[in-house]
Amino acid sequence: MNIQAKTQRTAAEQGLIDAFSALVSDLPGDTSVTAKRDRLMADFGDAGLPSRRVEAWHYTDLRTLLREVPNHLPGETASQLRPILDGSEVLPLLGGRYVEPRDIEGLKVGSFREALMNGWATASLDALRPDDAIGRINGAFVMDGYTLKLAADAAPEKTIELQSVQNGGQAHGRFRLEAEAGSRATFIERHAGGEAAGLTTSVTEIDVAEGAELVWVIVQERGGEDTHLGQLRAKLAKDANFKLYVINMGGKLVRQEVDIAVDGEGAHFDLRAINLLAGQSHTDITLTLGHSVPDTTSQEIVRNVVLDRARGAFQGQIRVSREAQKTDAQMACNSLLLSDDGEFDAKPELEIFADDVICAHGATVDDLDPVHLFYLAARGVPEKIASALLVKGFVEELLDELDDEALTDALKERVEDWLDAHV
Amino acid sequence: MLEIKNLHARIAESGTEIIRGLNLTVNAGEVAAIMGPNGSGKSTLSYILAGREDYEVTEGDILYNGESILELEPSERAAKGIFLAFQYPVEIPGVATMQFLKVAINEQRKARGEEELKTPDFMRLVKEKAGELKIDPDMLKRPLNVGFSGGEKKRAEILQMKLLEPKLCVLDETDSGLDIDALKIVAEGVNALRSPDRAIIVITHYQRLLEHIVPDTVHVLYKGQVIRSGDKELASELEANGYADIIDAAA
Repeated sequence: MNIQAKTQRTAAEQGLIDAFSALVSDLPGDTSVTAKRDRLMADFGDAGLPSRRVEAWHYTDLRTLLREVPNHLPGETASQLRPILDGSEVLPLLGGRYVEPRDIEGLKVGSFREALMNGWATASLDALRPDDAIGRINGAFVMDGYTLKLAADAAPEKTIELQSVQNGGQAHGRFRLEAEAGSRATFIERHAGGEAAGLTTSVTEIDVAEGAELVWVIVQERGGEDTHLGQLRAKLAKDANFKLYVINMGGKLVRQEVDIAVDGEGAHFDLRAINLLAGQSHTDITLTLGHSVPDTTSQEIVRNVVLDRARGAFQGQIRVSREAQKTDAQMACNSLLLSDDGEFDAKPELEIFADDVICAHGATVDDLDPVHLFYLAARGVPEKIASALLVKGFVEELLDELDDEALTDALKERVEDWLDAHV
Repeated sequence: MLEIKNLHARIAESGTEIIRGLNLTVNAGEVAAIMGPNGSGKSTLSYILAGREDYEVTEGDILYNGESILELEPSERAAKGIFLAFQYPVEIPGVATMQFLKVAINEQRKARGEEELKTPDFMRLVKEKAGELKIDPDMLKRPLNVGFSGGEKKRAEILQMKLLEPKLCVLDETDSGLDIDALKIVAEGVNALRSPDRAIIVITHYQRLLEHIVPDTVHVLYKGQVIRSGDKELASELEANGYADIIDAAA
């Protein structure tokens, strides 16, 4: 038995425990949900916030970094924003509450609150692993969100934007999507913030059924004082294709976890991540990806632009099980370090138990290439403008891979707004 | 237009001297060929003219329209009308060729106090010039030079030259990696730019390019110096006899 001296609770840990006590009677759910919440909170009381001594949190010592938590109330009124892509269907989650579920062509929309009230959501509230702090906090506190069902072979023409807007306080939301066989759609999961410091957790669960093709774009643009803890879990069935984008360009303390189970033969997963980091922010993307059956593929490309005293980390774990022969998994993490005080840590981790696989990973950290700068200068482009152009090119290359030109342009515009303001 | 006086230059990092007392004058309206064996300093000279930081001028001067350009940034030189067509055009991922052209044209215009080109005018201009060089418009949507064939890269360089309308063009081994058809298209593009107010420096290893771009003067560079100058007959002589005779005569 391992006996450890009980460390003292931090202000943030105590804050979350107090918030739970204050909220518990108002949190939606049937008895099974209520019991689950209590259990999760008890676990939280025992484990506390993870410190760097927990392997999965080595680069993001939440116990130290999250000094305090804001008031448990949902903060100031948040109003709906114009969607990133004009003409998108918007499903808002304002101050942690959905507005009104309404069905969209091919997509059945319900509220997550309802799934809590009738107990459908109980099982999914469990933490993924003992070190799953995000799943645990979100499961204990979750109030609302959307449940979505994309009908078999449905292909809504419009992009669907799940828009979570929060200004201060706390909010804990969930999105759940079942994409049935042969369906196709593009979703934007957007997290916007305001001036006041807020704490948000968000868990997204996605089932991609046989032959379904999904594009899912997380755009995290929380306010400069915000803490945002996100988690996306997806399961891919046979011949499913899931293309995930994570674009981080906000928040003070951010962790986005991505947990992918490639469970069906012929399935393909793509991750394209863009981290735009400035100020004193800390941003972490942690991927756990499991290939469990033969003939599956995945490719992850992470591009980081680091300014000021910002810090970032990417942890990419790929597990290839014994049965998963012919797996092809490629992972790359490239960082542009534009400040001497910035930092980016990349930690690839491959666990391969099959013998006939192709797995590769690579990480680079660079400044802008002087040869590129000289070429542009020789064409009359001054250094500052050339730098901006190169930085844009570095990250926008990933956006060019989207098949949807309008979406590519809309995302480029947001990225460029950020770069114009910071670089 | 261009006057290089007793130029000495070295690689900044290692201190190795490459250019050792080079003198050269090129007048407006002139096409000057610079030839020389490998390692004679041809490419270094082109980089120094464009202002690459890796080289350090230790002595002498480069006058462009009577003014020294040594203290000017590469982008300032470009805005003043100096253009280097690279031997190895640089691949820039993520930056669409069209976007790059627009930024380059407008930055030069801004630097000269001219108004920026409006998008429709810019598009029309690019379409016209690209057509003359038989450049597929789809190529311009691709990232700059990325995945371009050798011929496409060189044509893209000449397209930039046509669009930017520089006053002093330096073509560094523009013929390398070109098949004969591409060579003709590139040479036609350069010839179309010949004008009384423009000077063109053609740096080449072989005489082949000079059959298509006929020079007014030919200068032989060896060990960082011009060891002999002449007219276009000098190029033919080099082709026939090689560099050895001239090098021996100069020694």
